[in-house]
Amino acid sequence: MSTSGADAAEQVARCFRDDAGRTVAALARAVGDIELAEDALQDAYLAALERWPRDGFPARPPAWIFTAARNRAIDRLRRERAGREKLARLTALAPTAYAQLGDGDDAMQAIPDDRLSLIFACCHPALGIEARIALTLRTLAGLTVEEIADAFLVPHATMAQRLVRVKRKIRESAIPFDVPAAERLSERLDDVCTVLYLIFNQGYAATAGDRLIRHELCDEAVRLGRVLNALVPQEPEVMGLLALMLYHDSRRDARVAADGSMVTLGEQDRTRWHPGKIAEANLLIARAVHHGVVGPYQLQAAIAFTHSRATSANDVDWPVIAELYDHLEKMVPTPIVALNRAVAIGFAHGAQAGLAALDALPAESLADYHPYHVARADALARLGRSTEARAAYEAAIARTQNDAERAHLRGKLRAVEPPV
Amino acid sequence: MKYMLLIYGPHQEREPTPEEWAATMPAWEAFGNELRSRGAYIDAAPLAGPASATTVRAHDGNRVVTDGPFAETKEWLGGYYIIEAPSLDGAIEAAAMCPAASYGSVEIRPIVDLGG
Repeated sequence: MSTSGADAAEQVARCFRDDAGRTVAALARAVGDIELAEDALQDAYLAALERWPRDGFPARPPAWIFTAARNRAIDRLRRERAGREKLARLTALAPTAYAQLGDGDDAMQAIPDDRLSLIFACCHPALGIEARIALTLRTLAGLTVEEIADAFLVPHATMAQRLVRVKRKIRESAIPFDVPAAERLSERLDDVCTVLYLIFNQGYAATAGDRLIRHELCDEAVRLGRVLNALVPQEPEVMGLLALMLYHDSRRDARVAADGSMVTLGEQDRTRWHPGKIAEANLLIARAVHHGVVGPYQLQAAIAFTHSRATSANDVDWPVIAELYDHLEKMVPTPIVALNRAVAIGFAHGAQAGLAALDALPAESLADYHPYHVARADALARLGRSTEARAAYEAAIARTQNDAERAHLRGKLRAVEPPV
Repeated sequence: MKYMLLIYGPHQEREPTPEEWAATMPAWEAFGNELRSRGAYIDAAPLAGPASATTVRAHDGNRVVTDGPFAETKEWLGGYYIIEAPSLDGAIEAAAMCPAASYGSVEIRPIVDLGG
């Protein structure tokens, strides 16, 4: 069977899209080296582009790619005179089960699914948090170096270097590509969840930067969350994280107005919330609750659920939200959680109670955090203390970098009646 | 994989007394025995205090000998262990058991295998 170069390019692109993650994971795990795995796979794609138009398509393109990549890695290790152990592990990585696969079966079934090992390696606590995020986006999400750099407002060369360094550290210090032992699993899963949630928030918070890339960050965080949840299906906090991201993501369209300005939760058009994502999140939360182990992600998801459930902004069960924040603050005693709790108290028990809770917060540690000033301004405005409210809105405006949010705050500032 | 565990302790105004030394010994012996029982122990030694350090440079053939450690820091390198571990996670487990982890810090550095 002969085939055109264009057909081959399309097939290779499909293999890349569908199987690159698993192929890199299996190779990287065998050799303990992500860079070597990626280079070998790259070589295999190039070989396919050259050979397939000439020799025809192989029966199972993904298996062909996998075997070619493995052989490239073996060649490379031989040249580098690497230890026999690594070579033996690679050689053993043959997709031997092909003979048993039926015609309709997915060829990747014969290749071990080591993506979970790769996730734990990329999110290892011995790596810096920025490096973990970059590596996860590059290796597991397949974003380009340029896309990651743009999303984090870092020069391309800096991001490229960060990735080279982190891959080298994994290789040189022998960071394992293993699922951690049972007694360490929950803390290591927590590290993974942190990375995914930071990726999601970088996309969601939109402090600056290109909106398109930011949507992609949210999509990838959710996608990786789904992968993680499928790979460790009995972990309530993973379900909680995925639910939390889905609830936030369901409001993506409603939270930006036509002119690009931000729309706060209370002002959003709830008919524009994505019902499919909410339903998926509801299901996850219901399943997580069955495990009977509460954690910060589940609590935050429960808060998001309470918002989602309300038919209108006036119908939100704020006393429940305030109570959930109470529990969350006990588990995660940070000023930001305390701030959110104070805001919830304001809605649940009146502006006076809210302002009292806000005034009890450690002002110095929140001084540069604009939502703190927004919360105070809102409470002061509700109490009719307009001079103080205006000053607090101005403090908030001075501390936000986001144009859309600044425009939104200016609108609020204008709405406060100046003192007569 | 071989790793070196570099043992750092806080700077102390005076050398510990022999009695203070003796009081810490059982913990260190237990740590060494634990490493041996796991087949992880390769080598270890304590270092004399930073007051005894001498630093030598011979850049461009000019030999300069100075008193004191290479870098003035808050924490001092007090000794090392060389261990065998299957991966960094094994080295982290070992480092966490080290007595110094509870009052100072333990830095893990992979030992480069030059092959041959």
